[in-house]
Amino acid sequence: MSAAAVEPVQPLAQSATAPSPSPSAMRAWQWRRVFPVFVTYVVSLSVALGLCALLVLSTGGSAGKVFSALLDGSLRSPGAWGLTITTAAPLLVVAIGTILAEKAGITNIGQEGQVLLGAAGVAFVATRMEAPGPVLIVVSFAVGIAIAGLWALLAAAMKFTRSVPEVISTLLLYFIAVQITNFCLTKRWLLQSLSTDSRVNNGQPLKHAARMPGIDIFGNTISWGAVVAIVVTILVGLVLARTTTGFRLRMLGMNPRTARRAGVSAAKIGGGALVLSGALAGLAGGLWQTSGVPGDRFTAGISSNLGWQGLLVALLARQRAALVVPMAFVFAALRTGSQFLSATGVDRRIADVVQAMLVLALLVAPAIEALQQRRREKTVAA
Amino acid sequence: MTNGVEGTAASAAVPGPSTSNPSAMDGPGAAVRLNSITKRYGQVVACNGVDLALYSGRIHGVLGENGAGKSTLMKILIGLIQPDEGHITIHGERKQIHDPVAAADLGIAMVHQHYSLVEPLTVWENVVLGEPVKLDRNQACERVHAISERYGLGVDPLATVSRLSAGQRQRVEIIKCLRREPQIIVFDEPTSVLTPAESEQLFSVLRIVVVEENRAVALVSHKLDEILHATDEVTIMRGGRVVDRLMTSQATASGLAQSMVGRTVSLRSEAAALGLIETAAKAASHDTAPDTAGDRFASAPVVLEVRDAVLDDRDGSTLLDHLSISVRAGEIVGLAGVEGNGQRALADMLSSLIPLKSGAVLVDGAPVATNRPGALGAAGVGVIPEDRHDSGCVLGLSVAENLVLADLHAVSRGGLLDRRAISARACELMQSFEIQASSPEAPMRSLSGGNQQRVVLARELSANPRVLVAAQPTRGLDVGAIEYMSARLRAAADGGVGILLISTELEEVLTLSDRICVIHKGRVVGEMDQHDVDIERLGLLMGGVEV
Repeated sequence: MSAAAVEPVQPLAQSATAPSPSPSAMRAWQWRRVFPVFVTYVVSLSVALGLCALLVLSTGGSAGKVFSALLDGSLRSPGAWGLTITTAAPLLVVAIGTILAEKAGITNIGQEGQVLLGAAGVAFVATRMEAPGPVLIVVSFAVGIAIAGLWALLAAAMKFTRSVPEVISTLLLYFIAVQITNFCLTKRWLLQSLSTDSRVNNGQPLKHAARMPGIDIFGNTISWGAVVAIVVTILVGLVLARTTTGFRLRMLGMNPRTARRAGVSAAKIGGGALVLSGALAGLAGGLWQTSGVPGDRFTAGISSNLGWQGLLVALLARQRAALVVPMAFVFAALRTGSQFLSATGVDRRIADVVQAMLVLALLVAPAIEALQQRRREKTVAA
Repeated sequence: MTNGVEGTAASAAVPGPSTSNPSAMDGPGAAVRLNSITKRYGQVVACNGVDLALYSGRIHGVLGENGAGKSTLMKILIGLIQPDEGHITIHGERKQIHDPVAAADLGIAMVHQHYSLVEPLTVWENVVLGEPVKLDRNQACERVHAISERYGLGVDPLATVSRLSAGQRQRVEIIKCLRREPQIIVFDEPTSVLTPAESEQLFSVLRIVVVEENRAVALVSHKLDEILHATDEVTIMRGGRVVDRLMTSQATASGLAQSMVGRTVSLRSEAAALGLIETAAKAASHDTAPDTAGDRFASAPVVLEVRDAVLDDRDGSTLLDHLSISVRAGEIVGLAGVEGNGQRALADMLSSLIPLKSGAVLVDGAPVATNRPGALGAAGVGVIPEDRHDSGCVLGLSVAENLVLADLHAVSRGGLLDRRAISARACELMQSFEIQASSPEAPMRSLSGGNQQRVVLARELSANPRVLVAAQPTRGLDVGAIEYMSARLRAAADGGVGILLISTELEEVLTLSDRICVIHKGRVVGEMDQHDVDIERLGLLMGGVEV
């Protein structure tokens, strides 16, 4: 900050092309970079909120009530923030898996299906295996994670043996995953409920021991899943930053040819990253299934956009890893908050539009940034 | 404007191709004349007082090595570059050519060496691209068809460009060029990606253009046979100057080769002038005992052997055609050749980037798989790639990370990176290789080109390779950096590393190498020892003439 912050001239720093910036200049530079982003968020969110208010007013509702309901549902009402944190856990895990793949230069966009299969795998074991709680949870999660990982392995195998772009294969595999789980819900020996009076597309209730225990704190219940999600986030961060495998993975994502020359096998590391990101989506599915929030059983719609939203969280936070956790929380808050909207008398579909607008508003800043980045790259290339 | 030019062209008294006296080039009827053009880039003089006249109804060859100034001269002609000195006259009138649009208005067009086609689009779409007119598919197709018919190009206007071969793409470029009816056409290295049959077809198109339509054509090339075969007169450039000009009918392959690559005597003094004093001195020491040079490496073990290497491009064209080459410990083998004759494929293959179709690579006598990532690097083949940004470094990582990325075992324990070890190693290498960066943590992107090249060199040499492949190691570097790189390569060789120097700069090959091989169309077509280099033969071999 002070004038003394000017760096002493080192012999190595004399290169005319790269003068080393002083710390204060660096800070100012960072501020110049961050400030417009901050302003963009404020402006885009304000515009979205304004449009939402107009929309609600035009359909005869009260805008104030709607925003108040959003806050009540996500934070203010009893037990609300515990629920939001519990909901944030699977979003966070999906996003971390997406970022892991992205770092290796792989774009996995089939998380929704991987979440669904992960939940199905967990539910399959958790409805029929007799075992004490911890064992049951570990085994059911292992199965769910393995199924989702194998699902991503299909895309990896197609990419590295037949050059099928993973963007296409992971997306299309989602639709197949939906059909498979729907089929499983029609067969008693798979996932269908044993009670004849239950609706066709519901599974059997999970055994009580298979449910993720909660932590009670200030009248809120947070699923242990949230702890798992944080631990996974830290682990992935450490692997990427501190291990040789993480180094190779990043190298592969940044320059595949240099990586190949240095002995990095794209099929092993890149394929591994894709499988791992699928497995993490499966873990997210398991966390969601066992959290109790979506009910006590597997249903066809259990993934309920968690995969897509986790992908969005990763997209929004991609440039800065520190943003993943708060972004996951914001998306979870939008989910839990919008459930209270129906109580205000606003049409459910309007509530969906409100939610979608807020998500779009969050996407404006990264989109602008990506455009600027591309323009910069273009000018450098020219 | 265009009408005016065409009118003048038609009425100009044009000396026919039969005029055998080269002095006729100084006559008044030139379609375009470049007068004492000089262009400098910093200390480098790309063009030094160059005069060139192109006449309607003639094909004028411009011959020279890479870097002789041919391309710069042609870019000045079509307005891509402005000359520092000199001027251009068109039909005797002095003109300023500010940009390619102005050149087009004056009736000058160029078919570039690297095609600028949009691959997913069709031929007619590419041809009308950039024209400020309403898109009319039928009319455009008709025009393409008409031009195609007139010159016998056989191009389907509805074909998608991505499905066309290199030769067909070039014909699309030619249509793009001819549709504006230019009076002066420049072809820049037109046959570099063509098969011999396609080259023949191209030359017959050129004949129509000059004989039947009386346009002026400049054919830029470094291939002797096509200059002899296709041109009426030839200007030879070297080091930015015109060294010779004559009627093609009076030229011989050997005479052209000698003019192109230069004198046989002054090579080493040239090297000294370039700043390669150490290597020049080294080379001079060879001269005092020439009989030892040949035997010096005879007893040294062969560290790299490429045997019968065959490699095809994705489109099926041949990149390496039963190429065989070997390097002994301590020896610098220079692989000379015109760009695009398989050098890149060879370096990529030796970087484990593309697997061989057949043949073998032996390092220290042991065969190494070419399809396993990093196998050649692990076996002891260091590579300084032609394009360091492509396969030499990772711009998004730090300098320190770039210095260790090929050998993570040395700086990790149990799969965990040891940050301190990475930093220590980086500092040590930055010091011994004089890499200038603000810190080891500085992003690779922030370094100058010369320093990035030093990072690559430091990493590859510090891995104690058995053999080092240096592909165009001094391209784009300034004189000081060139000197440093050359001295390092020489020192590495003296330390027992076998060095394969792949270069299109003949001077570089001649000053550094103990043995020189020539690559042409993916084969090693000739080999000679450093102390009995025959420049004339070398030039012929590079030009594809079997001797």
